[in-house]
Amino acid sequence: MNIIQMILIVVVAFLAGMEGVLDEFEFHQPLVACTLIGIVSGQLVPCIILGGTLQMIALGWANIGAAVAPDAALASVASAIILVLGGQGTKGVDTAIAVAIPLAVAGLFLTMVVRTLSVVCVHQMDAAAEKGSFKGIEVWHIIAVCMQGLRIAIPAAALLVIPAATVQGFLESMPAWLTDGMSIGGGMVVAVGYAMVINMMATAEVWPFFAIGFCLAALSDLTLIALGAIAVSLALIYLKLAESGGSSNGGGSNTGDPLGDILNDY
Amino acid sequence: MAEKISLSKKERLSVALRSTFLQGSWNYERMQNGGFAFAMIPAIKKLYKSKDDQIAALKRHLEFFNTHPYVASPVIGVTLALEEDRANGAEVDDAAIQGVKVGMMGPLAGVGDPVFWFTARPILGALGASLAMSGNIMGPILFFVLWNVIRWAFMWYTQEFGYKVGTKITEDLSGGLLQKVTKGASILGMFILGSLVERWVSINFTPVVSTVKLSEGAYIEWDKLPAGGAGIKQAFEQYAGGLSLSPEKVTTLQDNLNSLIPGFMPLLLTLLCMWLLKKNVSPIIIILALFVVGIGGHLIGLL
Repeated sequence: MNIIQMILIVVVAFLAGMEGVLDEFEFHQPLVACTLIGIVSGQLVPCIILGGTLQMIALGWANIGAAVAPDAALASVASAIILVLGGQGTKGVDTAIAVAIPLAVAGLFLTMVVRTLSVVCVHQMDAAAEKGSFKGIEVWHIIAVCMQGLRIAIPAAALLVIPAATVQGFLESMPAWLTDGMSIGGGMVVAVGYAMVINMMATAEVWPFFAIGFCLAALSDLTLIALGAIAVSLALIYLKLAESGGSSNGGGSNTGDPLGDILNDY
Repeated sequence: MAEKISLSKKERLSVALRSTFLQGSWNYERMQNGGFAFAMIPAIKKLYKSKDDQIAALKRHLEFFNTHPYVASPVIGVTLALEEDRANGAEVDDAAIQGVKVGMMGPLAGVGDPVFWFTARPILGALGASLAMSGNIMGPILFFVLWNVIRWAFMWYTQEFGYKVGTKITEDLSGGLLQKVTKGASILGMFILGSLVERWVSINFTPVVSTVKLSEGAYIEWDKLPAGGAGIKQAFEQYAGGLSLSPEKVTTLQDNLNSLIPGFMPLLLTLLCMWLLKKNVSPIIIILALFVVGIGGHLIGLL
């Protein structure tokens, strides 16, 4: 790998780090971050596959309120670098995924540290506001974003400095039972992300839609787009029916639920 | 009375672009406050000419703020309208502006999280990832482009909407629209999650439950096929005709489970994860445990 490629990888890492907190362009999502590293390192296809597989695992990782999710940025950047250095091509994807998970924890820890350090930046902004200095606020805001970028760029640079042979040797020394087992584990880990999302959304009212989706997905002729179209239609129908049901029963305490009414009267 | 100062489209666009960096200085003390002040700067410069007014405005927007980063846009829009009124001499005090910001951020975060993080991103992500897993570059491109178009359109138009309707938006929010959007998003999300659980969570139990010897004529008799291409052709024809490849019918535990309902074990696993998460087990612990189960299960030949 030449020096230009290394610099570009660090730049991608920097973008991913910034996005890890901004959550706007989605450079930190595995699908995007791994692909970008694949483009600059010349190993596009394995990196796309890694990105796709990691994306499935990371679907439910989201920052809610002040809670911080496992860090997709470090996980995708570092595992893509390891995949590229390992030189095993698409065969290395499973191992890279297994490496990615502990990295997501490390990244989570790092972002919490930076988010604490940002308190200092905000206090500098207060001081700048006191003086009416627009520049001061802008500079400190940008410094805070850059700290988040460095959070990923520095570990990425460190990984690049390690000789490729060391990474290859480490990956090849892993026995088959371990890597096979890890890829089996990887197939199950996806469920955790889904479970996180379901826990946020599930109410008794929407569970039936989960069941319909689950059963229809067994028909492998239906693509995700087809399933999406069915889902949108169902949602529209349901909302429409709920609305018309609501208006015909409008007024009073009538809930439009016959069983509920019976229970209320009882 | 002085001439009315109003924000031009240029300043509003500049504020919207800056709000992209809303979470840049996200911190545990006041969260998105730095980003909010950062975004408001072009407007403050335009609206307030005296140093004292500028200082007051900056301090006003360095107060605590936190919501979903995209739905912050309508809040910014309304805040711009309020600041404009104030600069033109209307009686809008600090408490009113702060009240609107805080009043809007809670309910809007309640919409932004399910709509963007739990519906749009999982669906677009799964769509892109399913293409990417076969090495197709369209996967990442599709995800990236669609996401950013949707995001930017949402941010710009809701900010403009907020700016135009000003404080009236808070009344709109209490109407049914917001609830409908949230409910629609959760229906969509739950449906897709159901299919994702079936499609992408993979558990394969390998233990052999039974091995049944098939009767003659139910399997391809390889030694009786003609040699060369003709044999291969005949073999494919027989296979297409429903004949088995080997003289024994091997049923694994997985086959039995699949005949109940495909994806039954992934469903149970997902429910287990949900239960563990509700018991406040950290997702990271569950993930690591699943890897351990995967390796252990593989070693004893179960998986």
